Amino acid sequence: MTTRYTKDHEWVRMEGDVAVVGITPYAAEQLGDVVFVELPDVGKVVKAGADMAVVESAKAASDVYAPIGGSVAAVNEALAGSPQLVNESADGEGWFVKIKPDNPGELDALMDAAAYADYVRGL
Amino acid sequence: MSVETTSGSRGLLQRVDLIFEDGDPRRTGVDLPAPKGVSKLGALERKAPLEIPGLKEPEALRHYVRLSQRNYAIDLGLFPLGSCTMKHNPRLNEKVVRLEGFADLHPLQPTETTQGALELMDQLAHWLLTLTGMAGVALSPKAGAHGEFCGMLAIRAALEARGELDKRRRVLAPVSAHGTNPSTAVAAGFIVDEVGADARGRVDLEAFKKHLGDDVAAVMLTNPNTCGLFEPDVKAIADLVHAAGGYFYCDGANYNAIVGRVRPGDLGVDAMHINLHKTFSTPHGGGGPGAGPVVFSEALARFAPAPKIVKAGDRFDLIEANEPGHVGRMCAFHGQMGMYVRALAYMMSHGADGLRQVAEDAVLNANYLLARLKPHFNAPFGDGPCMHEALFDDSNLRTHGVETIDIAKALLDEGYHPMTTYFPLVVHGAMLVEPTETESKAELDRFADVMIALAKRAKGNDAASFKAQPRLAPMRRLDETRAARQPKLRWKPEAAARAAE
Amino acid sequence: MRYLPLSDEDRAAMLAVIGAKSIDDLYVDVPAEARLKGLVDLPLKQGELQVERALRALAEKNIPARRATFFIGAGAYRHHVPASVDHLIQRSEFLTTYTPYQPEIAQGTLQALYEFQTQVAMLTGMEVANASMYDGSTAAAEAALMAARVTKRAKVIFSGGVHPHYVATARTHCAPVGVEVIALDPAIDGEAAVIDALAGDVAAVVVQSPNAFGTVSDLAPIAAAAHAQGALLISTFTEVVSLGLIEPPGAMGADIVAGEGQSIGNALAYGGPYVGLFATREKFIRQMPGRLCGETLDADGKRGFVLTLSTREQHIRREKATSNICTNAGLCTMAFTIHMTLLGAAGLERLARLNHETAIRLADALAGVKGVEVLTERFFNEFAIRTPKAAQAVIDALLAKGVMGGVAYSRLAPGMDDVVLVCATETNTDDDIAHYARVLGEVLG
Repeated sequence: MTTRYTKDHEWVRMEGDVAVVGITPYAAEQLGDVVFVELPDVGKVVKAGADMAVVESAKAASDVYAPIGGSVAAVNEALAGSPQLVNESADGEGWFVKIKPDNPGELDALMDAAAYADYVRGL
Repeated sequence: MSVETTSGSRGLLQRVDLIFEDGDPRRTGVDLPAPKGVSKLGALERKAPLEIPGLKEPEALRHYVRLSQRNYAIDLGLFPLGSCTMKHNPRLNEKVVRLEGFADLHPLQPTETTQGALELMDQLAHWLLTLTGMAGVALSPKAGAHGEFCGMLAIRAALEARGELDKRRRVLAPVSAHGTNPSTAVAAGFIVDEVGADARGRVDLEAFKKHLGDDVAAVMLTNPNTCGLFEPDVKAIADLVHAAGGYFYCDGANYNAIVGRVRPGDLGVDAMHINLHKTFSTPHGGGGPGAGPVVFSEALARFAPAPKIVKAGDRFDLIEANEPGHVGRMCAFHGQMGMYVRALAYMMSHGADGLRQVAEDAVLNANYLLARLKPHFNAPFGDGPCMHEALFDDSNLRTHGVETIDIAKALLDEGYHPMTTYFPLVVHGAMLVEPTETESKAELDRFADVMIALAKRAKGNDAASFKAQPRLAPMRRLDETRAARQPKLRWKPEAAARAAE
Repeated sequence: MRYLPLSDEDRAAMLAVIGAKSIDDLYVDVPAEARLKGLVDLPLKQGELQVERALRALAEKNIPARRATFFIGAGAYRHHVPASVDHLIQRSEFLTTYTPYQPEIAQGTLQALYEFQTQVAMLTGMEVANASMYDGSTAAAEAALMAARVTKRAKVIFSGGVHPHYVATARTHCAPVGVEVIALDPAIDGEAAVIDALAGDVAAVVVQSPNAFGTVSDLAPIAAAAHAQGALLISTFTEVVSLGLIEPPGAMGADIVAGEGQSIGNALAYGGPYVGLFATREKFIRQMPGRLCGETLDADGKRGFVLTLSTREQHIRREKATSNICTNAGLCTMAFTIHMTLLGAAGLERLARLNHETAIRLADALAGVKGVEVLTERFFNEFAIRTPKAAQAVIDALLAKGVMGGVAYSRLAPGMDDVVLVCATETNTDDDIAHYARVLGEVLG
């Protein structure tokens, strides 16, 4: 399944009927050593583009936005004890939430890997 | 090169453990008569054992003197923290605040026994109002951010009186604003709308006009701004926001650049807090206490909170009850009296002439450093004069692998407290240098020479040695990530600490 | 001027380096009509001798507590502070330094804050404490706001025993963000009344022990009732010395403890600066306002301290910060922690007992005055009395005879016109007590 990207540096990919969401390795590097991730409650309904989580380094905090609307099906509990997973494996073990999307078609509007790479190069 | 010693001390820098490692809950450094064992509290008496350790007086003196020697201080050297105004703290101020007539005075004593205190507060108010050209004042806010909050509440009260509070929700603030401004606006129940800056580091007037509307409650503007620049369009901004039915809140954090030379009242300001610890030299004390009186225009003065001082004939009185529609009580009692005494002593020492000189020398010192350092550090808005602080960034050093934080840590080894770093946020890798008026030319020259040498070293591709600094400070670089990932915010007995892990 | 090192020659030389003709060139951005031509209408500079003389003259127009027979409390307390405390906080390295943002050269302040946080946590029986707030009243207001954040509810109930200034301060801070403050009617011994006001939409109940009338309460049943409704228990106090003798709020189930620390280390100073104490449970630390100091290691592996979790604060989180606070009580915190270290648990407990016993003697003496009724049953070092005349008139009459005999409750809030709040500390002698009782008898006689 292809991974899609947002301009706010979230990645999202469908696994079965849920969308797994995290922040990109680029975003993790910009932020520096992640010390804390504030995740939403399971069951929370999120709109595409609305803030749903906060990721913090020692000196900065950034909102993380939902790339797709739906309800939160799961959150990555491992981040509570090991926030460094976001730095070590931003696009793998460092995922943030799983969203059960209302309309999986929303993903098509987001960037693919090549487009995101171009976007980051332009920053 | 690190020298390890058997004692853990290093020459004059003595080893110091935590009191919880040295002290004992049964030991006390205060002699008190033995109680008789009478009690009315029965089962409400403490059952949980109290474990706070005590030290005898000589041990306590050593503990804190040893700790003190790990601190930098204005009395030790130049402290060029931009926007913080680390100026000399006159000791006369410390002497007079300790006079029994001020220090041993209870806030709820009958006012006929506190006439001198009320007169002092009245005099302080008079000095603040005359200096700022404003109509009213609230002395009680406990710190700058608290004063900001009080000022925004006065705007809220005025809008409510006009029946427009529900309609006017937006507060405009420039992107360069200090974090307290948006945070305060939200605490006062408003929504923040950020306005961009122009290429000169000032508010973009055209963009500002587009943000105006009949839902705007106020603009919050720091002037001189956080880049150390005076906003040349400040009057136009004030007129525009007034014409749109809103108010002008001025963050007075940088008032020290213009005190005695410019009156905020003449710029159209409706409310402004004054950090007594910045402009008027009350000590920063390692992070407080501050004091944040707010001055108000005619439009807002009547909404000021209690307590208020009134004069009837020769007698001063205190109105302590809140009046409906006014800003409510900001705190218990009458605010930071200890800071009022110090600030008034400072004002009287300088006088109208000296305070003007304070502003001029602060601005002169900052511009002198700007002129001397500009050839070596990028100065983003350095084409024109700055006010009391000069802004640089690390853009011409980053290519050599040296960043602002490295300059800051190298300064520690040179015996200086660094400038403010990474603020304002609008400039990447910002270094904000505020020398203040209490530095001599010779001191500024020494500092400039050190800065220039650091810039040259940085450009000589010496990044690795920068990253290893500081080497000579009491500690090497501290791991802030570790502190934030697994917060240890208090000492625990080892057994409890182990169990918690 | 003695505080300004530049000479006119320096100024001229510096202007030349800058390339400016005069200082006016540096103020070019100021609109011409706003540039003051001359001086503002205030006195000119004065020497140290003259300023000291003027301020002494003002100080001498006051009657300090020491010169009266003094029994005022009600939120600020007169205690003996050891001489070494004031000496130490006047050391340049503590007095003239800034917030410890450069931890390598600020370990003195940072370690003292870490010790302070630990002392406050131990004293209140809580898991963690912050590096202090402005004062007790603003600490309590911030606690109410924090409870609203934690519970996502918008109603906070204050007992009728909370100091009226604290209730008013909370209202000022809570109302703009839509957090409703409900204050119960004043009650001498009514902390438990908040239980009846609890409901499923209440964020927190705020109780005070010892309360404004001096009453010490068992908070455990209140905590249980609050928790059953998903609400938090906030416990406040104005007299921190009481914690040397009474069960700490943390041991009785409080979720947030926010009180005044002035009594330890800090002078009365006509109301400020004081030091707000703020402690809570570990699970709430990210919702907590104010500065925090934490332990870490330096590059050599040595233990050191830094300000931490600052992403909650305004300078990073801006409009999403937990509070707009950017200072703590700094030097007052230092005074508190030094005095507390001198006392230790043993000294604090003894000090607390002395206060309690002195207050009992005072209550017994005043109860013997005809027409006076002691209203507070379980008190620590202050209590309320009912007088047969209007309380304010009694206070005024006592003052005429050199006795500052307490505070009329009516000065703090309307109602209870015949109630006087009276306080005794270790500074009061048996002679003071006898004198007060005698004079009160005369005034009422």
